[in-house]
Amino acid sequence: MTHRSRQLRVSALARIEGEGALRVVVQDGQVLAAELQIYEPPRFFEAFLRGRQHTEVTDITSRICGICPVAYQTSAWNAIEDACGVSAGDAVAALRRLLYCGEWISSHALHIYMLHAPDFLGYPDAIALARDHRDLVERGLRLKKAGNAILEAVGGRAIHPVNTRVGGFYRAPAKADLVPLAEQLRHALGDALATVTWVAGFDFPDVNLDHELLALQDPGRYAIEHGQVVSASGLAFPAAEFSRHVAEYQVPHSTALHARLDGGAYLTGPLARYTINSAQLSPIARQAAAGAGLGPTCRNPFRSIVVRAVETVYAAAEALRIIDEYERPEPSFAEVPPVAGVGHGVSEAPRGLLYHRYQLAGDGRIESAAIVPPTSQNQAAIEADLRDLVSASLHLDDAALTSLCERTIRNYDPCISCSAHFLDLRVERR
Amino acid sequence: MNSPPTLAVCKFASCDGCQLTLLDCEDELLALAAEVRIAHFLEASSEVLPGPYDLSLVEGSITTPGDVQRIREVRGQSKVLVTIGACATAGGIQALRNFGDVDEFRSAVYASPQYIDTLATSTAISAHVPVDFELRGCPIDKRQLIEVIGAFLVGRKPDIPDTSVCTECKRRGLTCVMVADGTPCLGPVTHAGCGALCPAVRRGCYGCFGPMSGANLPALIGQLHTCGMSPRAVDLLLSTFNVAAPGFARGDDGR
Repeated sequence: MTHRSRQLRVSALARIEGEGALRVVVQDGQVLAAELQIYEPPRFFEAFLRGRQHTEVTDITSRICGICPVAYQTSAWNAIEDACGVSAGDAVAALRRLLYCGEWISSHALHIYMLHAPDFLGYPDAIALARDHRDLVERGLRLKKAGNAILEAVGGRAIHPVNTRVGGFYRAPAKADLVPLAEQLRHALGDALATVTWVAGFDFPDVNLDHELLALQDPGRYAIEHGQVVSASGLAFPAAEFSRHVAEYQVPHSTALHARLDGGAYLTGPLARYTINSAQLSPIARQAAAGAGLGPTCRNPFRSIVVRAVETVYAAAEALRIIDEYERPEPSFAEVPPVAGVGHGVSEAPRGLLYHRYQLAGDGRIESAAIVPPTSQNQAAIEADLRDLVSASLHLDDAALTSLCERTIRNYDPCISCSAHFLDLRVERR
Repeated sequence: MNSPPTLAVCKFASCDGCQLTLLDCEDELLALAAEVRIAHFLEASSEVLPGPYDLSLVEGSITTPGDVQRIREVRGQSKVLVTIGACATAGGIQALRNFGDVDEFRSAVYASPQYIDTLATSTAISAHVPVDFELRGCPIDKRQLIEVIGAFLVGRKPDIPDTSVCTECKRRGLTCVMVADGTPCLGPVTHAGCGALCPAVRRGCYGCFGPMSGANLPALIGQLHTCGMSPRAVDLLLSTFNVAAPGFARGDDGR
């Protein structure tokens, strides 16, 4: 083949949350551009949050993402409570962690079984997979349902929970409400362990990334809803210093802002969390990781499916622990009277670190809002990976190369609705 | 054997939560997939079959010039078009721009606003093309979604009562949060469908299913003031996910 200029077009990149496009330009064997183009129409949350009341922020920002509304609620109440100098107390904190475990289980099960596993097994979707392996897909759906059961029992609804508020919960469940949930979670833990074994047997391309990684770290436990920000290279800072280290910038090809950590591309999400915090996993999750062949760190994005499965084991076991030790918070929420000032909040959304900052007036009106979602932070690293992968795989024909690019993007479980949607892949070979 | 009916799911400006509701039907999903051919559902499948489709579920609102054109194409490819959720049915929370200055919004969020192509308004699908049925909710309720899909597949009218959240609240035997606790509640004017989730946790309804037909909003606003809400607080309560819905929209009640 002597074509120096070729163009390849795939109508849509599927099995991701949101719509975008990829443009790859190759000239004389050199990758000139690898751009993840996000067309998701902007919704201007940070603009219309101004003038709202500080107690409304959790209900409003949950609507940024239907897949991870608890992440948005959590980073929001962390920021508002920080601004107002209020601590919701240990009992509320435990219930919030339980709620977040529900979102991790549900979101991870969705990604593992319905979005990601079909790539490894050569199916277009989980429905086609179910025609040949119905028991596998049923196991994934059971797991997802168990996560949603937590969200419903604690949050009142799986998507956009209604029982949560700044300061705590409208009504804290009674211990008896959580007993049937524990029974369902014991089965879910078994399903999660079987999931680790299943995905560990997939074929993984041999790729290792050297990106800087960023995740929360929480002394004594695997960070989810609380912690300080830590990088793989040893940087550590509180949420309040986030904007001193992370700068957002706009690129012409995307409605999602990109971000850099002290000037460089970096990655958040399961690989970052596992690499920074694997020592803090519970024994059952550590054992599952070892059984799946994971060392103390994991830098192969294709193996992110194994890390998600290990995190699902962790979340199911952690949910069981919280239910076992549960003491109903009385009262179910702390009053959060407004205080003029700025508050910062972070948490680990299933797909990575999520930062919120709000400036409040003395009467609780929001004066300014800044939200940095995980997919914005990961975009530059995803593009760098695509560039490296395409450079190393130019021998592939367009169809194979396109498929590899799509898989690469899905490795990161990008949530484009969060960041800003029509994924349309284009490889130009000049 | 006849080929099964085809189902398409498409997205405009939204959070993905309503289409996720279809994947959240864990007990029904595989049974449904045996009855219909899922022909276009980008979030769930990389296989995309060409239209026309027997039933299209449309999530999201229209906010860009390109989407004005795309929804016409979707309508052209759909025998039955059902909107799912507050964005597609009323413009969503992003319709707050309709009451602000979108150029200022764009500059507030983006350093280079000239790259951002957006309309001054976020509008419901029905403002652009004929819609066969509108399913309410932010997000929609999965039992209602299954009911609507089932009804259109067999060609009957969906059983989705256009009554208030109060009717569901009474049926559940919940104590009225407004009468008993003085908690402001939009239940008397809000379309049923959620199953009275908020009163079940002693919270007032915040209207995420939008207005029911024939709601007496002025009377309720008087009651909200009696509960101690300021005019600003009432305006904020009504100005969320259904801010542009006729009935809740600013100006519709004199506020």
